[in-house]
Amino acid sequence: MIRFDGVSKHYPDGTVAVDHLSLEAPTGQITVLVGPSGCGKTTSLRMVNRMIEPTSGRIWIDDQDTASMDAAQLRRGIGYVIQHAGLFPHKTIIDNVATVPLLLGERKATARARAMELLERVGLPTSFAGRYPSQLSGGQQQRVGVARALAADPPVMLMDEPFSAVDPIVREQLQDEFLRLQQELGKTILFVTHDIDEAIKLGDQVAVLRVGGTLAQLAAPSYLLAHPIDDFVADFVGRDRGYRALSFQSTPELPIRQEPTVQIGATPEQVRQATADGWVLVTEDDRPLGWVEPSRIDRDLQPQMVHRGGTVATVSGPLRNALDAALSSPSRRGVIVDDDGRLLGTVRAHEVLTAIEEVERPAVHAEDLQPVEPPS
Amino acid sequence: MTWFLDHRAEVFDLAVRHLYLAGVPLLIGLLLALPLGWLARRFRPLYPPLIIGTGLLYTIPSLALFILMPGFIGTRILDPVNVLIAMTIYTIALLVRTVADGLGAVPGDVNQAATAMGYGRVARFFKVELPLAVPVISAGLRVAAVSNVSIVSVAAIIGVAQLGSLFTDGFSRSFLDPIVVGIIACVVLALLLDVVIVAATWLLTPWQRAGKVRT
Repeated sequence: MIRFDGVSKHYPDGTVAVDHLSLEAPTGQITVLVGPSGCGKTTSLRMVNRMIEPTSGRIWIDDQDTASMDAAQLRRGIGYVIQHAGLFPHKTIIDNVATVPLLLGERKATARARAMELLERVGLPTSFAGRYPSQLSGGQQQRVGVARALAADPPVMLMDEPFSAVDPIVREQLQDEFLRLQQELGKTILFVTHDIDEAIKLGDQVAVLRVGGTLAQLAAPSYLLAHPIDDFVADFVGRDRGYRALSFQSTPELPIRQEPTVQIGATPEQVRQATADGWVLVTEDDRPLGWVEPSRIDRDLQPQMVHRGGTVATVSGPLRNALDAALSSPSRRGVIVDDDGRLLGTVRAHEVLTAIEEVERPAVHAEDLQPVEPPS
Repeated sequence: MTWFLDHRAEVFDLAVRHLYLAGVPLLIGLLLALPLGWLARRFRPLYPPLIIGTGLLYTIPSLALFILMPGFIGTRILDPVNVLIAMTIYTIALLVRTVADGLGAVPGDVNQAATAMGYGRVARFFKVELPLAVPVISAGLRVAAVSNVSIVSVAAIIGVAQLGSLFTDGFSRSFLDPIVVGIIACVVLALLLDVVIVAATWLLTPWQRAGKVRT
């Protein structure tokens, strides 16, 4: 657990970076600090490992006041990941990962063996061990950054926009793997981002900070989307928050229909007979590939003839994906698969919407109906 | 050529002295420039006075410095220590800025990460900042090495023997051979120092040679 207790940071020029911040990041969970530039989120993060000293207030890790600990010792016990990974360019990947164990006085062989394990754990081949950071892509460097932060198995991790500097596809991969890793490791994580989508995706709870470093709202992501406490939070979580909230509602019993299918290699005749309407679903080994228009098929079905615009939703996944599958499908029928990616059938958008209307929204906490006065 | 072959031993002896007078100050100057350069980085208000101040040292004419040195430190006028100290001053003049800028070129996020990993200030300097500043410092050191080899020869005028003595000798006798040999020897010496520095840098910076490999 990390606990901020009335923490403020004022600079000599009068700037207030953080103002009476009190919040608790529970053990084993991801707490995301999110807010616009100048909301003091990074400052707050850096006060935990005392890269920045608070002007007033206390920060506790479990029952220890961080101010009472030796700064270097404190830092060695906290994993730290930053935006551009900040790897040491002059050290090999393996030595980068082994940094903290070596600082803690572990034997080189032990530290390296553990570093090897961690490379595999974050999804990097061990053949990278002897390379230098400049030889890795941004996404790979960021994985090394995560491995380095985990090397001494710290209970607490601080992450400062760790996935912001990589392209969107790699970012999503890294986020998914991070969540999977966290499921195994259960670290107490304080995570800073300016990206509300990332906050909502990753956070067990999300703290929205205002410019000037005050806490606007602290809540679970689904609650934040459903009940922003004021206009600032509502604006910040964005206009399509109703749609995004669907990410947290898993698919209830959707009325999934059987869908006629054809295989690659089917003759135009077979394709036309498969369906009465304008589109037919193509599968391979029970997995959906995409849709074809029978009227346009004049020879045996080839993979490049398949229209791949529609997304695919997993039956146990969130409603957002099911709705998106229906909306993006050229046939207007959203493809639903089981957890192994095998075709179950299709649903229509109105059926998903009906399901959405039947799901209860998270109840409002009584205290959130009272506007909270920011401390003066 | 015949003159050189007849005076090989003498030229070699002068070259060794020359190397000593140019090389030792290079090492001492580097060792002194490291903390000065660090100070200039660490305490920003110190940067301008330190950089300008040490830079100005380089503008003092070498002959003047050689002659004035005994007055400052109470040595005899012919003592080679005068030359060693004067050359050290020139080395510092060239290297403080180099060291400060080399340390300044260490990426901010790398320094930040080092602190966050739990490096103390001293450990961070030696394990992270200094190794990363090596390429920049090495470039400055190469300039200083050539400069030292060149400036030391002036010390022949105050009677401290090294390759410069060949110039004064040739000049006083209006005899070209020793001058030519002296120039060639100086160039060889400068190249030699340069090769040593480049080789040392090569050994210290394996990461700079790492090519781009992608899988």
